[in-house]
Amino acid sequence: MIEFINYYLIPALTLGSIYALGAVGISMIFGILRFAHFAHGDLMTVGAYGVLTAVWFVPVHPLLLIPVGAALAIAAALAVDRFFYRPLRQLATIYTVISSFGVALIFRSLAQLLWSSDNQVLVKGVTPPLVLFGTFRIAALHAEAIALTLVIAVALHLFLTRSKTGRSMRAVSDEPELAAVAGIDTEKVIRWTWVIAAALAAIAGVFAGMDTTVHPNLGWNLQLAMFAAAILGGIGKPMGAIAGGFIIGLAEELSTYNWVGDNPLISPSYKTAVGFLIMVALLIFRPQGLFRGRLL
Amino acid sequence: MTALLSVQGLTAGYGGMPIIEGVDLDVEENAVAVIIGPNGAGKSTLLKSIFALTKIAGGTIAMAGRDITGLATAALVPIGISAVPQNRNVFPNLTVAENLDIGTYAAPPRDRARTEANILALFPDLRAKLGQPAGELSGGQRQMVAIGRALMSEPRLLLLDEPTAGLSPAYLEKIFDLILDVRKTGVTILMVEQNARQALRIADRAHVLVNGRNFISGSGAELLANDNVRRSFLGGGEAA
Repeated sequence: MIEFINYYLIPALTLGSIYALGAVGISMIFGILRFAHFAHGDLMTVGAYGVLTAVWFVPVHPLLLIPVGAALAIAAALAVDRFFYRPLRQLATIYTVISSFGVALIFRSLAQLLWSSDNQVLVKGVTPPLVLFGTFRIAALHAEAIALTLVIAVALHLFLTRSKTGRSMRAVSDEPELAAVAGIDTEKVIRWTWVIAAALAAIAGVFAGMDTTVHPNLGWNLQLAMFAAAILGGIGKPMGAIAGGFIIGLAEELSTYNWVGDNPLISPSYKTAVGFLIMVALLIFRPQGLFRGRLL
Repeated sequence: MTALLSVQGLTAGYGGMPIIEGVDLDVEENAVAVIIGPNGAGKSTLLKSIFALTKIAGGTIAMAGRDITGLATAALVPIGISAVPQNRNVFPNLTVAENLDIGTYAAPPRDRARTEANILALFPDLRAKLGQPAGELSGGQRQMVAIGRALMSEPRLLLLDEPTAGLSPAYLEKIFDLILDVRKTGVTILMVEQNARQALRIADRAHVLVNGRNFISGSGAELLANDNVRRSFLGGGEAA
């Protein structure tokens, strides 16, 4: 049981946090801009490299430098929206989807050009795990990632339900034309969507980079699982996407536990397929997502 | 009385062939003006054009003497025009209270609490529904939320696109009564209506649109008494 919590449940929740923070952005962008943003994983990569670079200059704990990575990801997202997505806004959204594939390639190539294609580490050396009650051994990063994600989820919920900007975002997501009729500045809402989605992607990218290494394919490799999480939560529902992220993370990691006998149920090298399987099953049987009714 | 809204020679559509051509329309301050006409006459297009939701090919629109032709939709709320579309006129996943709140964003009312209290006095049915998602309400209640949302910015002119479409006869009367109540608060109303006979009864001024052009205008009573209008648009029968 202790072993299950230390080596399976906590890492699963960490992976879930990363997926959740990425999926919430995908879901919000889909809700407001109405397209599947396939460069979202690469925004995570940009954020992770932003923090990596900041660590070279200011050698403190990478999590303290998240604002730098978030700022870089936000700037990249706003620039890409201004020059690539906005000119396509009046066309069918498939043009923007294809454009986002191109943007993803640009981000990845730029990352290789500027930071090389090597695996690079955010934290050098070995950090001892936190030991709780003498039995639970939890990596500090895992505790930080899970806690920070939960704080972000609560903050995002409050922002979307209480603030003027958050309510405007939900209004545009609900009925874009009525939102314009009500005098809401749609472009401002779109800019806010990018700011929030890119900042959360950067945080997810830093968690993923700290958990393993930073490399140009960091976010791209996580992207399909994030899409699965967004679909699971009911695309366009931010809180659903966060729940979806945790569900996919748990499903992937826990499928490698030795539930039956001594061997892992599924070989760890196949665990990412679990996320895809869930996505395929959902798209066939429950394309509206797992949750009924209103989830913001 | 002076015209609050003045539309002159308006030609507009959605790209391609214009749907309305050379339409003139004056709406006097604090009047209820009604646009009626057969299906496809361009009634909704006229309303949408005033609200900058179509492509305007010619003509002018002026609000209180100021030319507003070509202003963006979002810019019209702050100068005192609110609109309620025919379909999809509430935010279904937002609560009734949030729907009303959205109405204040583009043009904050002077005294928000008082404005909201006045609107809830007009629509007392909504009081018990404030925390409920607007998508769960009945058609008539949604229409109240939609009109309430539009009134939150304290507009001078309220545009209503077929406010009684799809409502039961009981609700239809109620909405017409409510429109007269809204007028009493000093708001000018311009509405498109399919239920022409009832609409003409409450109209100070009515305009019949046919094939995208002005056909006839007059007071509600005049048009109700007009044989030609009765025969063509009111399904014949006795003068009301």
